[in-house]
Amino acid sequence: MKILVCISHVPDTTSKINFCENNSKFDKSGVQFVINPNDEFGLTRAIWFKEKNNATIDVINVGLQDTESTLRKALAIGADKAVRINHEPKDGFSVAKFISDYISENNYDLIIAGRESIDYNGGMVPGMISALTKINFIDKCIALNISGNSVEAAREIEGGKENISTQLPLIIGGQKGLVEESDLRIPNMRGIMMARKKELVVVETSDDPSATHSKSFEKPQPKGEVTLVSSNDIEKLIDLLHNEAKAL
Amino acid sequence: MEILIFAETDGEGNLKKDAYEIASYASEISLENGGSVNALCFNATNAESLSDYGVNKIINCKNEELKNFDPSNYSKCISEVFNNKECNLLVLSSSSNSKYIGGILSVLTDASYVTNVISKLTNGEKMTVVRNTFTNKAFETVEIIKNKIILAISKNSYGLKEKPVKSEISEINFNISESKNKVKSIDRATNKVTIADADIVVSGGRGLKGPENWHLVENLAEVLGGATACSKPVSDLGWRPHSEHVGQTGKPVSSNLYIAIGISGAIQHLAGVNSSKVKVVINTDPEAPFFKAADYGIVGDAFEVVPKLIDKLKEFKAVND
Repeated sequence: MKILVCISHVPDTTSKINFCENNSKFDKSGVQFVINPNDEFGLTRAIWFKEKNNATIDVINVGLQDTESTLRKALAIGADKAVRINHEPKDGFSVAKFISDYISENNYDLIIAGRESIDYNGGMVPGMISALTKINFIDKCIALNISGNSVEAAREIEGGKENISTQLPLIIGGQKGLVEESDLRIPNMRGIMMARKKELVVVETSDDPSATHSKSFEKPQPKGEVTLVSSNDIEKLIDLLHNEAKAL
Repeated sequence: MEILIFAETDGEGNLKKDAYEIASYASEISLENGGSVNALCFNATNAESLSDYGVNKIINCKNEELKNFDPSNYSKCISEVFNNKECNLLVLSSSSNSKYIGGILSVLTDASYVTNVISKLTNGEKMTVVRNTFTNKAFETVEIIKNKIILAISKNSYGLKEKPVKSEISEINFNISESKNKVKSIDRATNKVTIADADIVVSGGRGLKGPENWHLVENLAEVLGGATACSKPVSDLGWRPHSEHVGQTGKPVSSNLYIAIGISGAIQHLAGVNSSKVKVVINTDPEAPFFKAADYGIVGDAFEVVPKLIDKLKEFKAVND
């Protein structure tokens, strides 16, 4: 089984979010970058398939050279080969288009992408790849078992889950539930050493297929002071929520 | 500008609140840009109610095979109507199902697709729209490049605006193909309000000391008719299911009222609940970061405060409901 895991290079969840170049770009200075958590759950599930079913794992990212550290981390955790499409994407469609082009030339049985990146929160890449490559798609996938070509999966729905059976090839939008938080791997020294020797292919591109452009960013206004209510005066809280906040 | 909305129904065929919110949004856009608002729904039992929110043409597809959501058939039907009606704009909600097919639809219709939208479209040299990004830590103004546009509207960002109009109602049918995804079963807690649909969410953190104390969260949610949620450590510890985890890597919450009990307010948690309108925190520690993000706060022990709050809310509800 050949698996492709799409890796987004995102700021760590504790990062301070600032913008530069006249508020037109995310300010990367001093920011620690990590594998997008939704992608990491998918990658960890892929490694499980590698260990149990002899799958091979390629990881792919659309980005400039600075994203290679994140791809190396994916290799250190257990991916076999990394691919970087050398392009600074302007939107989710560009990412989906480049990855789809790569998939068309290199057949995969399973493609895993996080359901959403935690930076731009587009939540569109896996669905677009599915439409571009005409590969069947399960979004918000929270369980995935494969035997031969048969797939048993579960998808999170509002208020519960849907149990689905389908066939490979398949693309999933992954998230927590594919594996548990405690299953995530921390790269060990051997993995890091081996990752240096693994193949990292850079694919050059020239066109810009973007469908939207990011123009500017703004941060929300700082919040007003909290109104504290005494724990002996619960009626006051209910009164404020009812009359002032109109939330009850 | 000719607009189409995808008006979602629940399992019983009732239109969801989201459907009326995106109808309100679309009707405002058509007021400014001309054109009519079309709505497509599948097996809706109360399709005519969309006319209260400015929908001019309601297209209801009655087909048992489309009773359950199926990504390939739903996206095929919606894109067919979008193309046949020569629409320029498709408005979706931010529900799981709409987001599932949004990316697919944008490829099928060759449209620019923007999610988490919180503003109307602005006409300039190029059309622009504002969206939430970086998990509610920033707003982004996005330029539309293509002629066709798909917008997924962030829940609760626009609200319901009644605008009764006279609507045409028609029926439509499609050729349905066999689904590649066979749904074998659905596990869903009936009679429970979901986090996505809830106007009020009551959430518990490690301050509640253990899963055995969750009756406090559940009882408060029940009195308020709200959904229950939890912080990341609570779901990681297995006290509550993952489906209840709200925050940056869990579910986003954009309810009217969010009540956090015993949650200190890590930056990732605050990001995920930031778009809730009113936030209340109950915590013993006055230094908890949540107090900086909340609108109302009580410094106190949840085990004393929450039962009192439940009693007083029952009295309040008895008088006001």
